Amino acid sequence: MPKRQDIKSILLIGSGPIIIGQACEFDYSGTQACKALKEEGYRVILINSNPATIMTDPELADRTYVEPITLDVVEQVIERERPDALLPTMGGQTALNVAVGLVKRGTLAKYGVQLIGASAEAIHKAEDRELFKQAMAKIGLKTPDSGAAKSREEAARVVERTGFPAIVRPSFTMGGTGGNIAYNREEFERYVDWGLAMSPVGEILVERSVLGWKEFELEVMRDLKDNVVIVCPIENLDPMGVHTGDSITVAPAMTLTDKEYQVMRDAAIRVIREIGVDTGGSNIQFGIHPETGEMVVIEMNPRVSRSSALASKATGFPIAKIAAKLAVGYTLDEITNDITRVTKASFEPTIDYVVVKIPRFTFEKFPGADPTLTTQMKSVGEAMAIGRTFKEALQKAVRSLEVDRCGLISFQGLDRGLPAEVNREDAIDRVRLALRAPHPDRLWHLADAMRLGVSLEDLYTLTKIDPWFLDQIQEIVEFEARLAADAHQPSTIGHQLLHDAKQLGFSDERLAQLTGLDKREIRQARTGRSASDVSRGVTYKRVDTCAAEFEAHTPYLYSTYERDCESRPTDRKKVVILGGGPNRIGQGIEFDYCCVHAAFALREEGVETIMVNCNPETVSTDYDTSDRLYFEPLTEEDVLNIVEREQPIGVVVQFGGQTPLKLALPLERAGVKILGTSPDAIDLAEDRERFRDLLNKLALRQPASGTARSVADAARIAASISYPVMVRPSYVLGGRSMQIVYDEAGLTAYMGSAVRASSNHPVLIDKYLEDAIEIDVDAIADGRQVVVAGIMQHIEEAGVHSGDSACSLPPYTLGDATVQEIRRQTGALAMELGVVGLMNAQFAVQNGTIYVLEVNPRGSRTVPFVSKALGVPLAKLAMKVMLGKRLQELGFTAVPVLRHVAVKEAVFPFTKFAGVDVLLGPEMKSTGEVMGIDEDFGWAFAKSQAAAGVPLPNGGKVFISVKDKDKPAALEVAKRLSGLGFLVEATRGTAAYLQEQGLTVEPVNKVQEGRPDIVDHIKNGDISLVVNTVGSGASQADSASIRREALQKGLPYYTTMPGAKAAVMAIEATLKKGLTIRSLQEYHGPRT
Amino acid sequence: MKKAILALADGTVFEGRALGFDGETVGEVVFNTAMTGYQEILTDPSYKGQIVTMTCPHIGNYGVSREDVESRRVWAEGFVVKESSRKPSNWRANQGLDDYLRQARVVGIEGLDTRALTRHLRDHGSQQAVISHLDLDHRRAVEKAKTAPGILGRDLVAEVTCREAYAWTEGSGRWAPESDGNGQHKPTRPFRVVVYDFGVKQNILRRLVDVGCAVTVVPASTTADAVKALQPDGVLLSNGPGDPEGVPYAATAVKQLLGWRPMLCICLGHQILGLAMGLRTYKLKFGHHAANHPVLDVRTRKVEITSQNHNFAVQAPAGSPSAAAPMATETSFGRVAISHLSLNDGSIEGMVLLDHPVLSVQYHPEASPGPHDSAYLFHQFTQMMEKHHA
Repeated sequence: MPKRQDIKSILLIGSGPIIIGQACEFDYSGTQACKALKEEGYRVILINSNPATIMTDPELADRTYVEPITLDVVEQVIERERPDALLPTMGGQTALNVAVGLVKRGTLAKYGVQLIGASAEAIHKAEDRELFKQAMAKIGLKTPDSGAAKSREEAARVVERTGFPAIVRPSFTMGGTGGNIAYNREEFERYVDWGLAMSPVGEILVERSVLGWKEFELEVMRDLKDNVVIVCPIENLDPMGVHTGDSITVAPAMTLTDKEYQVMRDAAIRVIREIGVDTGGSNIQFGIHPETGEMVVIEMNPRVSRSSALASKATGFPIAKIAAKLAVGYTLDEITNDITRVTKASFEPTIDYVVVKIPRFTFEKFPGADPTLTTQMKSVGEAMAIGRTFKEALQKAVRSLEVDRCGLISFQGLDRGLPAEVNREDAIDRVRLALRAPHPDRLWHLADAMRLGVSLEDLYTLTKIDPWFLDQIQEIVEFEARLAADAHQPSTIGHQLLHDAKQLGFSDERLAQLTGLDKREIRQARTGRSASDVSRGVTYKRVDTCAAEFEAHTPYLYSTYERDCESRPTDRKKVVILGGGPNRIGQGIEFDYCCVHAAFALREEGVETIMVNCNPETVSTDYDTSDRLYFEPLTEEDVLNIVEREQPIGVVVQFGGQTPLKLALPLERAGVKILGTSPDAIDLAEDRERFRDLLNKLALRQPASGTARSVADAARIAASISYPVMVRPSYVLGGRSMQIVYDEAGLTAYMGSAVRASSNHPVLIDKYLEDAIEIDVDAIADGRQVVVAGIMQHIEEAGVHSGDSACSLPPYTLGDATVQEIRRQTGALAMELGVVGLMNAQFAVQNGTIYVLEVNPRGSRTVPFVSKALGVPLAKLAMKVMLGKRLQELGFTAVPVLRHVAVKEAVFPFTKFAGVDVLLGPEMKSTGEVMGIDEDFGWAFAKSQAAAGVPLPNGGKVFISVKDKDKPAALEVAKRLSGLGFLVEATRGTAAYLQEQGLTVEPVNKVQEGRPDIVDHIKNGDISLVVNTVGSGASQADSASIRREALQKGLPYYTTMPGAKAAVMAIEATLKKGLTIRSLQEYHGPRT
Repeated sequence: MKKAILALADGTVFEGRALGFDGETVGEVVFNTAMTGYQEILTDPSYKGQIVTMTCPHIGNYGVSREDVESRRVWAEGFVVKESSRKPSNWRANQGLDDYLRQARVVGIEGLDTRALTRHLRDHGSQQAVISHLDLDHRRAVEKAKTAPGILGRDLVAEVTCREAYAWTEGSGRWAPESDGNGQHKPTRPFRVVVYDFGVKQNILRRLVDVGCAVTVVPASTTADAVKALQPDGVLLSNGPGDPEGVPYAATAVKQLLGWRPMLCICLGHQILGLAMGLRTYKLKFGHHAANHPVLDVRTRKVEITSQNHNFAVQAPAGSPSAAAPMATETSFGRVAISHLSLNDGSIEGMVLLDHPVLSVQYHPEASPGPHDSAYLFHQFTQMMEKHHA
């Protein structure tokens, strides 16, 4: 069927900020959908609050609304734009929920908007666990026995029947939020309460546990003619019980016979038909009993998902793009397969390699969070690797994670055999203990267990990981032993042995560890052989959807050690862009955005682009973002291999965050040209001593600091620069890091527990500038000229990590003179560092004095935000500058004068980590960001809060409890809120102070002071806004339950006074004037 | 670790490790891109005369089981894989692959760049090859490959067909396609079906039982009269190995049966039907061996994902239906129309006779291995028999 002519314009809803369970994959799918629909000539209207996405680039849609994804806002978009259709399946759970909400509200009917892709009924059937179960029963498929419950009592009745362990799953949440496995009644009650609170509809499903069953996922596509194809079967290495987002997953499925697979395939087809997803992709999960083969359907996502992004990258079949085309009426046989160019999209990809996806966790950022893996997703990112065997792919995936593990390193020092001082039995006990429950390090413990001789049968009993996977890991471990026995010098490493090692996926660094040699010696031993011996070098194979049955025209490549190489480099002028690797806290989609822009800029300049990255969720790893894509780990070895093969004019390290930056010096040492700012300048900015000299030369200030190599040292330094001070290790071990300490006792505690200072591992001490305003600056320079593009004022005071602080562009309280001076200092820094490309600088302003906090000569996390706020593609310009263009030539010598304010707000994963305090500090904890944009700061801030999921109230009761120092500020907040009609409730100390100042305040008990207390009030829904600041120590712990409760209730809460003040400004603005929205095209278009 | 080589007639040689039975073997090397179903593939009589390369890199993961066979033995002449799993893991597995191959006396090779081999075959065509564990001399092995007889014009059917007729009563059981229980037609009485065994896959027989047929399998050389004497309600021409022109006697028998009773023709059976009607067949460059091939039903414009395994295809008659407009062509047996086309290369994947109750497909509606999308064809066959009977 040709495309539909009856619709002309389509509204697309994005997924909003990056959170656990909803990450870059929806930028990838949304971007593909936008492109596909535009290509078909539809008018595309887009809403997404996340500025760091490619999909919100103004070129991608006709109208781009960077606005909160709420029912009210989307309704207003519909009213303004009058789209003919709404495609709700590209923006994750967020988009689905909003679409369902709009149907219920009658908005779609009112404006005559059709839902395409999936109907409201289909979404409901798939998402409502009870309806889903009924649907499965109707088509004769089993689901784990379960029952829905809306209260503790109902839940108790269900669990009587289904038994323990019991799975508790809240309805309508994504990433398994609020899901848990209860082993006993006490846990059960706790998880039921938590689940009921987490579900937007206050409903949970209590389910029979299928813990330990094998888990599979099928990605299914369906068109309007009811043609159905399975894009890829994926098998989870971690059996049921671990959320698939937290599991190591493998494509294709490894342990299913054809008979079993076809039964599953039939089931998947019946599921998509029964649920009634008309077009596009769905993800269906199955559990298989390992000993009887019994099959159950676990769940279905009636939309593209993280798994579909993975399946797309794993096979070369662009699910989202094709889903978008199916949604407008095409059938699968009418769409050409981009990769083969001769075959059609109506087929099932077959692959001749193995793909391993491995999750990336950041528990070190959340002390107190339980790292046990359960049905609720806890990972923040993932890496994918491709190899010709599972072993090769697994080892590549491990080093792609960038957790300083070049392979399956031993935790127990067993890399080169059992050390004499280690007792085998004790070591086995330790490892068995570690393997009792799934957690992020399970893979490494498994390898250690094998090194200690624990049998596969034992390991299977402990972990229920399929014996096939266990044996594969065992093969790696066995090979390590062979290596250790055979090789002690480069000359003794057999040719064949080394080649075998590389085929198994061992990195040079790991081989160095195992043999006691240097990794350079290993590399030399590998590559220094005679040139004619080509069979020993690295080779590249293509991902082609068809296992080589047809020729691949898309250079989507992965490395392996085989006979044939298919890289076929061109002799064009080319540049290699290094991506950012797996998402983690501190490095996410913002950097992928920059890399993608670099690719676009190079294409505009006629330069061939070669992307290297290993994150399957991203736009950068879409095969049509660059001319050539290497899906590879971002290590020195893997990158050098590519550079040697491709011979680019240079490599770009500025855009992918810390990952490629770390490679700048090693690459340069290996003779690779780094484009833009020199690696030496990068080092200069990172080296404390060198940087201090530079600031002195420029006569710029920085906070007083010192380096301590002992506790006594630290005390002396802290005293000399005066408390409070910020302390952090010069190296990070297990993530224990920065803290602000207010006195010597705090310092001693920190030095004693968190780090052990030594001459090798000094502790860095900086003066903490209390109540300073922090400023973030992004600039671009071409070596001759510097343009300061964005000056952002942080809302939270200095001391809160810049990534966690909300910020305003332009500054909302700074004077012109200060802004001018910051501009001057930024310019001076960029010139002195010789920046060519982007630079980010952070300043603190305390009582009018400007301090330089740090300078990073690279693209920063705020580049996309600034680009969207200004309407200027900074990363693209920077890439062109790095190719030798001058800013003058590019016509970018000054920043446009803004008639609007943009506010960036951070979004946190606290709801996923029960028991973790939500206070902000120097350690970054946010996973994503949103942008609010409007004519004034108040509205922009209000929008940013709504976009972050915590809309500000316009009345009700504010709860205030602040530390002494903040009381004057709290008075102002309370006064202004009272003036707006808010009631004020406060804990005794704060209440007394406010009452003294003449305010009407209701006192309320703190948690330890007797019932009802403030937590009761929050629980009962009496409170609409929370302002709570605390000092360090005991008061933090005492008040943590207040903040947790506010979080759980979805209440806006502010833990800093500047944050509270901004909230007041926002509430004032929203009470003054109603909501108005504008698209980026209107903000940045020709001015009238 | 014992070494082995794979030598192609065009002089290309791959080195690898010995797998399976220790020896040397000759055959036409082809590649199959299915990701599951190696045991079904090994036991498919259509692979007689061929060395099979699996493009999926891990083979043997789930071992082998007594259930997953397509005939009484392994027929493939040799087996080529990237990596054979030493640890079979599946609740039904009772043996590992290497063992199974040894027992079946099948010579294999692993540890070679199977993707390079596949690309070579794609670009240069399927060809004769030798796998040897015994003589690793490249030159001699290539020489053997060159002088080995090809499959063109050979009667491989005679080597795989049954010696005498037998009844088949076992159905698919728990592995039956879902569509069987899904509102499909159920025959009112059992239909007697005679199956010409050109190398029949047992799943064809199981599927016939599933849809309510009483099945009698007869040797390939059975005459039309002998079949008629059995008084079946329908006749099935099975799949089988090699070149349809190698079995002229089959086409002769089919000519006499055409129009007599409803007929379902599969794979080689489809090609034999083509020859019987006076159409031509030709050898494909590297054949279709896969479980993911899209086939368009030109009448409904619906797509089936099919299991395929053939080296030859029916040539579209001159001046005949194009892919886009498959109208009927006159033959000595009335009008024939193309019903199915390959979306990959446009080759003929199915025909219908407009004047006789005959369905004919190049692909494998019995799957095994592969998707069940085409399972409906067996129901159409029983409907045809029911209608014909009435």
